Amino acid sequence: MEKKEKILIVDDEKIVRESLFHWFEEEGYEVDTAEDGEKALKKYEETKFDLLLVDMKMPGMSGIELLNKIKVIDKEPVIILITAFASVPTAIAALKNGAYDYVTKPVDPDELAHLVKKALEQRALKIENIHLKESIDEIIRPDNLIGESYQMKKIYDLVQTVAPTDTTVMIRGESGTGKELVAKAIHINSKRKYFPIIPVNCGALAETILESELFGHEKGAFTGAQFKRKGKFELADGGTIFLDEIGSVSMKMQIELLRVIEAKQFNRVGGNELIKSDFRVIIATNEPLEELVKEGKFREDLYYRLNVFSILIPPLRERKEDIPLLVNFFLNKFSQMMNKPIKSVSKEAMDFLVNYDWHGNVRELENAIERAMVVGKNNSIQVEDLPFHISSNNNYFNDECKSLASMEKKYINKILNENNWNISRSAQVLEIDRVTLYNKISRYDLHKNNN
Amino acid sequence: MDIFIAPVKFTNVQLLQNIIKKLSLKFISPFKILALQLELEKFYSKERSQYFSTQIIAEAMKHTSDINGKIILLTEVDIFVPVLTFIFGEAQLDGKHSIVSICRLHEEFYTGESNEELLLERSLKEILHELGHTFGLHHCLNWDCVMHSSPSIEDVDIKGDRYCRQCSSKIEGYKYYYD
Repeated sequence: MEKKEKILIVDDEKIVRESLFHWFEEEGYEVDTAEDGEKALKKYEETKFDLLLVDMKMPGMSGIELLNKIKVIDKEPVIILITAFASVPTAIAALKNGAYDYVTKPVDPDELAHLVKKALEQRALKIENIHLKESIDEIIRPDNLIGESYQMKKIYDLVQTVAPTDTTVMIRGESGTGKELVAKAIHINSKRKYFPIIPVNCGALAETILESELFGHEKGAFTGAQFKRKGKFELADGGTIFLDEIGSVSMKMQIELLRVIEAKQFNRVGGNELIKSDFRVIIATNEPLEELVKEGKFREDLYYRLNVFSILIPPLRERKEDIPLLVNFFLNKFSQMMNKPIKSVSKEAMDFLVNYDWHGNVRELENAIERAMVVGKNNSIQVEDLPFHISSNNNYFNDECKSLASMEKKYINKILNENNWNISRSAQVLEIDRVTLYNKISRYDLHKNNN
Repeated sequence: MDIFIAPVKFTNVQLLQNIIKKLSLKFISPFKILALQLELEKFYSKERSQYFSTQIIAEAMKHTSDINGKIILLTEVDIFVPVLTFIFGEAQLDGKHSIVSICRLHEEFYTGESNEELLLERSLKEILHELGHTFGLHHCLNWDCVMHSSPSIEDVDIKGDRYCRQCSSKIEGYKYYYD
């Protein structure tokens, strides 16, 4: 989507005009400049600008004088004044005269970007046609959310239903089923789509790090905190926060989470300032939270706060008709990435893939195709290119490992051994970060040469 | 046409090699290193303890008029344009030159802890971003796209590390592997 907002920069310094011109041009805005108030006024009479950035102190007409003259032409212009020195009288004068805001030179790029974005959004909201928004009835899917099975169509329906609301969504499903993709689908179909979706893997971080990650920290909050850092809740302002592996959060952090989800305000670690943030919450879990509540490991009040609208993603083995679609998708993806001309899968290999149980779900299928593309020497993938062709389909996940945990333990051990216990490489294959892998190695008490 | 990376006041050889390796996987055109002797001191602002990037690009233009392709200046010094406190990079929209500073991409700048993996990830994103501007790309609204605007380090970390389908389709003359 192209932005078409028009910005006029008014400053007597050529260097300032040029810098801002290029900066806003890269943003995709239509930008024009004027070196003084007179020229700015002339340009404003010819073209209706959406926003003006005006230097407060210019020879001839001052920024405030220009603002007052523009108000005669347009009752609600959006004008941001730029001043070299911040002072209370300057701020009062600017705001009293109807400026949207004022900034002090030099301005933090993040601050300026947000200020301009918010100002233009407020203006756009006034003229937005709400009916036009409501007429969109087909959901937009992320490129890699694949599936035409009955179960997936049901999920698309649920996404379509819940996306436009601000309701908290709980996404359940085994590891590797694509919970984050469904969260993204909800986000990009919501009114929050122009703000980011911020994913947080709660299981991958230790409690203290998670606290700083979620709430941010002030400069000097702890050793090494040289600068203020925004937390994920703050970054999700206007957008969505996606809390993955919520079941692994400590009881202490659960209290904090409940508080921030209810109040939508919090303090950064080591700070007193109350930060307000307007975010939507989507959570994901592969653990039965009800069980954790019964065992006293998950707060009941938080569970009810989160379990408002639930979406269950079926495991891949229950929607086998999607496997050929997924295989072709990954085939194209890796063929492009590796620049290999493998464009198809032999019938035997496809039969094998469709009939395999895929306990690691779509992620495991993706890894299998990637590996097959690496080792494959023909124009199509053969059964022998697949990582598990020697073992029979059920051999690997035999009767001994019926639980998800035992299967996960065995699979992680297998990948570690295949990669000679290289943690980074194994984590890459498993598509988890190294901290998660270390945690799992410790949880399952895995050791090198431990079969 | 070729894509050149010109290290200027840049000493991290390992990072440079990793950048070249990773970026070469994304385009058909290989990334080449361009040795450029630029005297940056005249663009140093004592007042701000930073270097004026627009002037660095202008100087680089004088030395590279005979080169065909895109040129990305890579530096470790902190850069600025007037009005803004700092910038991660600057580019000539639909032009030839761009500049990326890794100074504020270091994690220790924010938390005191070094993270080489994150530095590489951020450097790649900012190089692709500024390069994108030289392809004529504007900022993209898709957060998964590397062309999303990123005025703060948090934004750099949030945005994706590749051009989205729409942006990559606008790149002409340089084959980019959309994944």
